[in-house]
Amino acid sequence: MALEGFGPAFAFWLLSAITLISAGGVMMARNLLHAVLFLIVTFIGVAGFFILLSAEFIAMAQVVIYVGAVAVLILFAILLTPRSARDNSETVWGAPAALLSIALAAVLIFVIHDTAWSETNSFQAPSVEDLGRALLSTWVLPFQLASVLLTAALIGAIMLVRSPEEEAEDALS
Amino acid sequence: MTPGLDHFLTVGALLFCLGLIVALSKRNAIGVLMGIELMLNAVNVTLLAFHRFTESANPVAGQTFVVFVITVAAAEAAVALALAVSFYRNRETVDVDRINLLRS
Amino acid sequence: MNLPFLVSDKWYDIRDLGNLSGAILDQLDKVLPYGLVYVIAILIGFIASFLIFVLPTQLFLGVLGERKIIGRIQSRYGPNRVGPFGTLQPIADALKLIQKEALIPTAADRWVMLIAPIVFVAPAVLLFAVLPFGPNMVIADVPVSLIYFLAVSSLPVLGAFMAGWSANNKYSLYGAMRIVAMAISYEVPLVMSLLGVALLSSTLSLQGMVFWQKDVHLWMIFLQPIAFAVYFICVSAELNRTPADIAEAESEIVAGYLTEYSGMQWGLFYGMDIGYALAAAAFASTVFLGGWSMWGLEEYVPSWLIFAVKTQLFYLLFLWTRGTLPRLRIDQLMAFAWKFLLPLALLNLLIVATEKVIWTQEELGDGIVFLFAPINIVAAAVLVYAWAKVNGYRPENTPKKPRMVKDATGYIPASGGGR
Repeated sequence: MALEGFGPAFAFWLLSAITLISAGGVMMARNLLHAVLFLIVTFIGVAGFFILLSAEFIAMAQVVIYVGAVAVLILFAILLTPRSARDNSETVWGAPAALLSIALAAVLIFVIHDTAWSETNSFQAPSVEDLGRALLSTWVLPFQLASVLLTAALIGAIMLVRSPEEEAEDALS
Repeated sequence: MTPGLDHFLTVGALLFCLGLIVALSKRNAIGVLMGIELMLNAVNVTLLAFHRFTESANPVAGQTFVVFVITVAAAEAAVALALAVSFYRNRETVDVDRINLLRS
Repeated sequence: MNLPFLVSDKWYDIRDLGNLSGAILDQLDKVLPYGLVYVIAILIGFIASFLIFVLPTQLFLGVLGERKIIGRIQSRYGPNRVGPFGTLQPIADALKLIQKEALIPTAADRWVMLIAPIVFVAPAVLLFAVLPFGPNMVIADVPVSLIYFLAVSSLPVLGAFMAGWSANNKYSLYGAMRIVAMAISYEVPLVMSLLGVALLSSTLSLQGMVFWQKDVHLWMIFLQPIAFAVYFICVSAELNRTPADIAEAESEIVAGYLTEYSGMQWGLFYGMDIGYALAAAAFASTVFLGGWSMWGLEEYVPSWLIFAVKTQLFYLLFLWTRGTLPRLRIDQLMAFAWKFLLPLALLNLLIVATEKVIWTQEELGDGIVFLFAPINIVAAAVLVYAWAKVNGYRPENTPKKPRMVKDATGYIPASGGGR
């Protein structure tokens, strides 16, 4: 069952244009800061896709986590590295990578349009409550593993960016 | 044209390929990370499109999977950026071609 | 129209303006072609909300109230020349700002600098879409409006960052760094404190929270005082209000991320600071102070009036802290967020989760919240005092009367070992 009506179709084409153009901007922008700003627009466009696919909670989580945390972290990391490292140029692998990606895109699009997908006609959007119950009953083990992973990432990130002086101080105390 | 499953999958594929170009070709380690984030987002779009348009025995499986992907992406971004900052402190560069300490 | 809530379904019942606008739109929908009524509704709503809500609250209550009241707090008069009692001062200021040239430095990143005020302003309008002004008066009653509010309120940081970075000025860049670091630190305890609220009321919808507080006849502030305090401190830090306005500290880094801005571009940043403070006050009065409900008073008084009064009273709290508290250093603020607020918010979450489990497992009625409330208030006082003592904050050294700076021994000690 496709998305009926003028509104979803218009939203889809507009969001595709925004998302793909800004993703192209990430690729083309010469300045790394501009690339991050384009990346943020892409994240917001993808959140729009999630709303279009009736996953409001995921869309909001996307904005909170990607725009509010990951993009801000990237900005922070760029500011901590010097001005000379803020260009966004390609290595010599630019042309082969583009060729490979275009070939991959051609294959993927061919497969997508050639396959007869078994589409459903009875879609019930799950509520946030359903999602929460599923996370804490069926998928409780992956959920706990994800929290352990986040804690490990937190500790690892803190340990990685400690300066030698701080380590020396901690060793003394 | 009403958007169906194949439209969403096409957008996901194009986004993934753009992310692949960025991840493979950028000189800056943070740029490579941005490409990886783009690819993860494309995968999320694809997952939710399948969740929305195809039949499933478990109606919330797609969204749950996307939640885990977002979690892992956040953890990955934090560690990768910490690595970049830490490497910049030691070698004064974040150029992926010059991260070659183990080459003799 | 079928309205199961407390307000009658007569369109002329002004206790809920949602009825009136709904009736007008229904009538228009019969005349106009399909879908056009929504476009008209958006346009009228935008103009009307600008005329009714933004102009009076922003200009008169916001700018004028802020300057008058802070002036009074600081023993001066505030603006009193333009118009009666200086009420037209904001309009004069706005006219002056519009006339001024918006300078852009040659070395600046031109486009980013032009876009930054827009990125800063747009989310402030979006924030009000999910706030309930009455039983039917909510523009978009999305089921995840709490997370929507958090998501949208994390966007203006990007605008401020773009402003600070694009000016190509070292003070601007310092301001941008500081605001990004502050936002990412204070987001964590803020979300943790709101998690407890969502857990207790078992809904993510702001309208649902107001109905929950209306049903149990108790406001959330009495059930979770820690969450309220943590929310208030975090939001005033995120909004760059004065105890934490290190991102535009005049005495340290000229004006932070606003250093190179002039004219109405600067005016947008300044005005929208007040817009965000109003949105945060409205959010706090929805989540913690019962929103439009007032123990039955909403049967007789328009609910949007109750909501507006609560919002403005909460906004007075912002003004009070802004007028009286001195600015903190950045390391003190960071340490405060991670060492003090985050553990407190986590402890609050633990207490609330325990109570929720007891409540649902034992199948107790709604009256049990009146037992939880005193327990939580006492627990909050004990926890704040004990955790402050463990951390070395010494509230017992607070001066009861004014004394010399050298005699007031360290109200808040310098953290970080004093290297």
